[in-house]
Amino acid sequence: MKFRTIIAAAATAVFATMAQAEEMKMSVTTSFANSGLAEVLLPEIEKDTGITVQLLVVGTGQALKLGAEGDVDAVLVHAKAAEEKWLAEGNGTHRREIMYNDFIFVGPSDDPAGAAKADKATGALQAIAAAQAPFVSRGDDSGTHKMELSLWKAAGIEPQGDWYRAVGQGMGAALNTASGMNAYIMSDRASWLKFANKGDLKLVFEGDPVLFNQYAFLPVNPAKHPHVKNDLANKLEAWLVSDRAKALIDGYMLNGEKLFTFNAKAE
Amino acid sequence: MNDILQGMARAARLVVTLDADLVEITALSLQVSLGAAVIASAIGLPLGAWLAINRFPARRVVIAVLNALMGLPPVVVGLIVYVLFSRSGPLGALGLLFTPTVMVIAQVIIITPIVASVSHQAIRELWADYHDLLISLKANRLQRIVTLLWDGRRALMTASLAGFGRGVGEVGAIMIVGGNIDHATRVLTTAIALETGKGAFDMALALGFVLIGLAISVNLALHFLSRTERGSRW
Amino acid sequence: MVSGMIVLEGVELRRGGRVIVGPVSLTLGAEGITMVMGPNGAGKTTLLRALHGLERLSSGQIRWAGNGNALRERQAFVFQTPVLMRRSALDSIAYPLRLRGVKRAEARERAAACAEQVGLRVNLKKEVSDLSGGEKQKMAMARALILEPALLFLDEPSANLDGRSTREIEEILNRIRAGGTRIVMSTHDIGQARRLADDVVFLHDGKLAEQGPSAAFFDAPQSSQAQAYLKGDIVL
Ligand SMILES: Nc1ncnc2c1ncn2[C@@H]1O[C@H](COP(=O)(O)OP(=O)(O)OP(=O)(O)O)[C@@H](O)[C@H]1O
Ligand SMILES: [Mg+2]
Repeated sequence: MKFRTIIAAAATAVFATMAQAEEMKMSVTTSFANSGLAEVLLPEIEKDTGITVQLLVVGTGQALKLGAEGDVDAVLVHAKAAEEKWLAEGNGTHRREIMYNDFIFVGPSDDPAGAAKADKATGALQAIAAAQAPFVSRGDDSGTHKMELSLWKAAGIEPQGDWYRAVGQGMGAALNTASGMNAYIMSDRASWLKFANKGDLKLVFEGDPVLFNQYAFLPVNPAKHPHVKNDLANKLEAWLVSDRAKALIDGYMLNGEKLFTFNAKAE
Repeated sequence: MNDILQGMARAARLVVTLDADLVEITALSLQVSLGAAVIASAIGLPLGAWLAINRFPARRVVIAVLNALMGLPPVVVGLIVYVLFSRSGPLGALGLLFTPTVMVIAQVIIITPIVASVSHQAIRELWADYHDLLISLKANRLQRIVTLLWDGRRALMTASLAGFGRGVGEVGAIMIVGGNIDHATRVLTTAIALETGKGAFDMALALGFVLIGLAISVNLALHFLSRTERGSRW
Repeated sequence: MVSGMIVLEGVELRRGGRVIVGPVSLTLGAEGITMVMGPNGAGKTTLLRALHGLERLSSGQIRWAGNGNALRERQAFVFQTPVLMRRSALDSIAYPLRLRGVKRAEARERAAACAEQVGLRVNLKKEVSDLSGGEKQKMAMARALILEPALLFLDEPSANLDGRSTREIEEILNRIRAGGTRIVMSTHDIGQARRLADDVVFLHDGKLAEQGPSAAFFDAPQSSQAQAYLKGDIVL
C-alpha cells in the first residue's frame, strides 16, 4: 500500500501550517530592495519592535496599487507626484519622507556619446540622443522610468528611434539588457553597485541634484480598508524616523560607497 | 560556459552545506507544488476518467476547453487569481493574497487541465481494453472509474508528475499571487527570477540546478516507491 | 419444449451500413449446450455478444421468456480474446467478486480455488500479461465461472489450448452443464462440438443456415453451407 502512503505524505505537506508572528506587509520598489538596505533594516526592526515586515518588491505603480487595494499595510516608494495623487484619492493617511538616494547614468566604458563630459543630467541625455547611441529604458511605468521620462522632457527631447529601447522590465533585467547591448541606461546607484553582470559598462554620469531620489513612507488608510494593520504601520514609521534608523541608513555602505541619506524631519 | 560551471559549483556548495535559505525556499517549492499536484490529481484524474468513459453532448467541448486551458499562460492565471483574491476583489475577505495557500490555488488551476488531459488519454486506452469486461460484469459507473483509475495508476502517476513538473517550474503565476516575499512566499523559481534580475547568474544557475535536482528526485522517489509496491514492470 | 427460453425475433445488426448478422429468428431452450458454428466472419461472435447484451440491435428483439429471466440476471461471457486487466492473475479472477462487495481476502481465496478448478496451475501472483496464451484463456474462464453463472457464453474458449487443457475445459463445461448452467458457445473444433453440443446453430454470412439437435446436424446436415463446412474440415 505504498501508493496510499505517498498520497498521505503529500497531503500532510499541503496542510502544514506556517508559524505566525506579528506580521505586516509593505510594498517597496525594486530599486530599494536591490540596494540591500532592507536586509540590514528588517532584522533590526524585528528586534526593536517585534514586527516582521514582509516586503513585496514591485514597480512603483504596482506598489501604490497594492496599497490602494488594501493588499499591503504600508508603501515605501519614490515618486512624489504619484504619491500625492494616491493620497488625494484617500488611499493613505499621510506621507512621511524618510531618506533619499540618487540616480546615475551608466554606459559603455569608452563612452562613445561623451555623456561624461556633460555638466547636467539633461546635457548627458542630449549627448546620447545626438550620437544616437543605444539607450535602454525601463519602460515599465516605474518610479525610475517616470524620472527618466521627466529628464528627457527637461532636455527637450522626444526619445524615439532604433537606438531607444524600452524593455518593459525591472531594473535588473534592464541592466542585463544594457549589458548585453553595451548600451546607456539610467539606474539607481544601489542597483548598479549590486549588479553583478556589468560587462563593458561603467558609471558615466552622476551628481546633478535633479537625480536625487526621495523615498517616502505611506501607511494605507484604515478608513478605506479596515483590515489593514495601521497600528503596526505607525509603529514602523516611528522606528523609521528614529535616530537608530538614521544611524543605520546613513551608515549603510555598498562597495565602500554611501548610498542613502537620512532626511526625515521630527514631527 | 564559465557561468554554468560556477553555477554548478555554487549549487553543490549550497546543497552540501544545507544553506538555510536554500532549504527554506526548496521546502516551500516542494510544499506548494506537491500540494497543488495532489489537489489537481484529486480533481483531474477522476475528471479525465469520467471524460474517457462517458459520452455526453458537451464532451467534445469540455475536452477542447481542457486542451485550451493546458496552453494557458501561467501569468494570465496568476493575474486572474490575483484579482479575485485581492482585498478589493470578490474573495479578498479571505486575506489569502501573498500566502502559500493562494500559490497552491493558482497552481491547481494551471496544472489540473494537464493532469486531466494526460489521464484522459491514458484512461481512454485502458477503457477500450476493459470496456467489454466491465459492461459484461455489470460494473456501475463508480466501479468503472475506480477500476480504471486503480489499474491505470502507473500512467496516472505520470499525469500527476507532469502536473507537478509544470507547477514546480512555474514562475509567472506564483510570482504575482505569492509576491516572492522573503521567508514567506519565496520559492525556487521566484528566487531564480530575483537573482537573474540582480545579474547574479551563478546564484540563479545554482538555484536552477537545485530545481532540476528536486524535480528528478521527486520523480525517482515516486517511481521507485510504486515499483517496489509490486515487483513487476511498469 | 421446456419452459424458459431465449427467443430471437428478426434480430438484425448492421454496422457501417452493412448487415453483419440477421435477420435471425430462433429459440434457445432452457438447458444444455448450444454450439454456434460457422466459418470465419459468419457472425458467431456478434450473435453471442448480442445475446449477452453487448451489442445494440438494429432491428428485431430478444425476449427472455419464463425461466429465461433468471438466466438473464446471471450471465457471464468468456471473450474470444481474453480481456487482460493490469493485475495479477489472482486479482483478475477475484475481480467480479470484488465488484459484488466480497472482501479481498475471501475473494482471493475463492479465486485461487477457481483457478485450480480450470487447471490454471501457475504462480497466480504473476501479472496476467506474463501468462501464456492458454493460461490467459484459463484465467478468463475462471473469471467467468467465479460468479457461478446460470448462463455462460464462451467464444472459442479452447482456441489456444493444447489437447490436455482442452479436455480439462470440456470436463468443466460438462460438469457445470450437469449442475444446471445453460451454455452457449462457439467453436471451430468440430470434434469438440460433437463431444459437447446438445444442439447446433449454424451461421453463414450472418444468416441462420441451420439449427437442430447435435446428432442430426453432424450426421445429416441439411444446408449446403453446413455440408461444405463439415466436409472441408474432414478433408483437412
Ligand atoms: N463493429 C463492427 N463494424 C463493422 N463490421 C463488423 C463489426 N463487428 C464485426 N464486423 C464484421 O461482421 C462480421 C462478423 O464478425 P464476427 O466477429 O461475428 O465473426 P465470427 O463468426 O465470430 O468470426 P471468427 O470465426 O473469425 O471469430 C465480420 O465480417 C466482421 O468483419
Ligand atoms: Mg468470433
